[in-house]
This record gives sequence, C-alpha cells and structure tokens, in this order.
Amino acid sequence: MTALTEGAELPPLAAEPISRTTLALFAGASGDHNPIHLDLDVARSAGLEDVFAQGMLSMAYLGRLLTELVPQERIRSWQVRFSAITPVHARPTCTARVASVVDGQATLDLTVALDDGTVTLTGDAVVDLD
Amino acid sequence: MAVDADAALAREFPPLVVPVERGRLAFFARATGQTDPDYFDVDSAVAAGHPDLPVPPSFYFSLELERPDPFGWLTGLGVDLRRVLHGEQSFTYHALAYAGDTLTLTTRISDVTVKKGGALELLTKLTEITRDGTPIADATSVIVVRNPEVRT
Repeated sequence: MTALTEGAELPPLAAEPISRTTLALFAGASGDHNPIHLDLDVARSAGLEDVFAQGMLSMAYLGRLLTELVPQERIRSWQVRFSAITPVHARPTCTARVASVVDGQATLDLTVALDDGTVTLTGDAVVDLD
Repeated sequence: MAVDADAALAREFPPLVVPVERGRLAFFARATGQTDPDYFDVDSAVAAGHPDLPVPPSFYFSLELERPDPFGWLTGLGVDLRRVLHGEQSFTYHALAYAGDTLTLTTRISDVTVKKGGALELLTKLTEITRDGTPIADATSVIVVRNPEVRT
C-alpha cells in the first residue's frame, strides 16, 4: 500500500478508452438512463455532435483509485466538480496527490484528465490513515 | 425557462426504500472496469472480512436513481433534461453498506442559485442514506440547468 505522506503523488488509474458499449453498460449498471449519453438522435437534437460519457462514470473510476489506495471504510468524505464533458473514445486517467496530512487524516487532491490534457473532473477526498 | 425556486425547495420526495442487490453491484463493478474482486466476487469479499459485496463509494448516487421516474423532479419543474449537466457531487460516509442491505433514502432540494443573469441555474439536492435508522452516507448533487436563450 502506498504511503500517504504530504506531497506524495499516488499511483494513477488509467481507464480503457470509453466506447459506446461502456456508456450503455454504465447506463444500465448505474441506473442513469438519460438518453443524452446513449442516443445519437437525442444528442443531436440538443445541438451536440455526439453522445458523451456520464460524469458519474469518471467518478466511479476515481472511486476505484481511492479503494485501491485505502480500504473503503477509511474514506470519510469525497467531493468532485465536473469541469468538462468526456467525449466518446476519450481515455480518462485518474490521479491523486496527498495535499495534507492532519490529525490522522489525509486530504487527497483528485483529478481526472483526458489524453489531450482536458481536465474533466477535480475534487478531493479525506481518508483516515488507519 | 426559469426554475421556480420556491416550488423546487418545497418539492417533497417520499422516502425511498431500496434493497441493494448483489448482482447489481457485480454489474456495476464490471461496467466500471473494476479489477478488485472484493467488489464482484462474494467469496473474495467475505475473505476480506466483509459480510457481502460492499456498496462502492459512488454507487449511492445510483441508489437515488431507483426512484420511479428519477428525473421527474426536474421535468416537473419544467426543466428540459437535454439542458442538464451534473455539476458537482459529494459524499460523506458513516458506515459501509453491503449487498443484501435495505437502505432508506431521504431527499430534499436544499438550494437554488441563479447565475449569469439566469443563463445557469444550480439546484442542490441532499440525500441521507440510512440502514435501520443508522447513518450510512450523505450525498449531495449540484445539477446545472443551462438556459442558453438567456443573454448575459
């Protein structure tokens, strides 16, 4: 397990490129059936060129990174802001850095970015050290 | 069109009682590329000390979507779902929950903020998740409604 010391860059998590199948499976598994993520006709009717990924898919990838870092019961809180949409075929990479360690808890700065550098999600999580 | 803030804040959500299904959690794990078997293989989860598959940290958002017509509160306020973006999401955790648990979700709209002269409206939804009265997690969603016809 990676030591959560202040300033440490933690092992990133690179997801597979997001396919339309990924979006369909995540819609079913997550319960988010909003057709803007699934149906090209609906996306175009909203003036978009294509469907785009559910924000919660990226948050789920980030959740995988967190539970690889610490047992889940140590995660105290977690917040994210979605800053850009994730297009089909993009590949999100989740990264985390230990921003501070205070009173037995670490605050992690979290980012999800695409290969072209677009930051799609920023946030932070507070985890117990033990 | 502008959201009626008073109507949004007064919106009542009946408590939602949701059984957490093991197969659904395994499906969620597969759909999110999960490689840790504790999240899809009950034998692995039990060997790790869990009573069953744990509810992963972002899945509490999905529990809310088990409500019949989960976006009805938005369309009921006159919102076109094609104009909706998920702006922010946060969770506070109190205890783990597992497949087989029955969880109760209590939801309300806590804030409506208008930005950019009405071009953006931010709706904040709070949900408390409990198991037999014991706090499990709190979830907060900020939903952004874009009103592009509003010139700023």
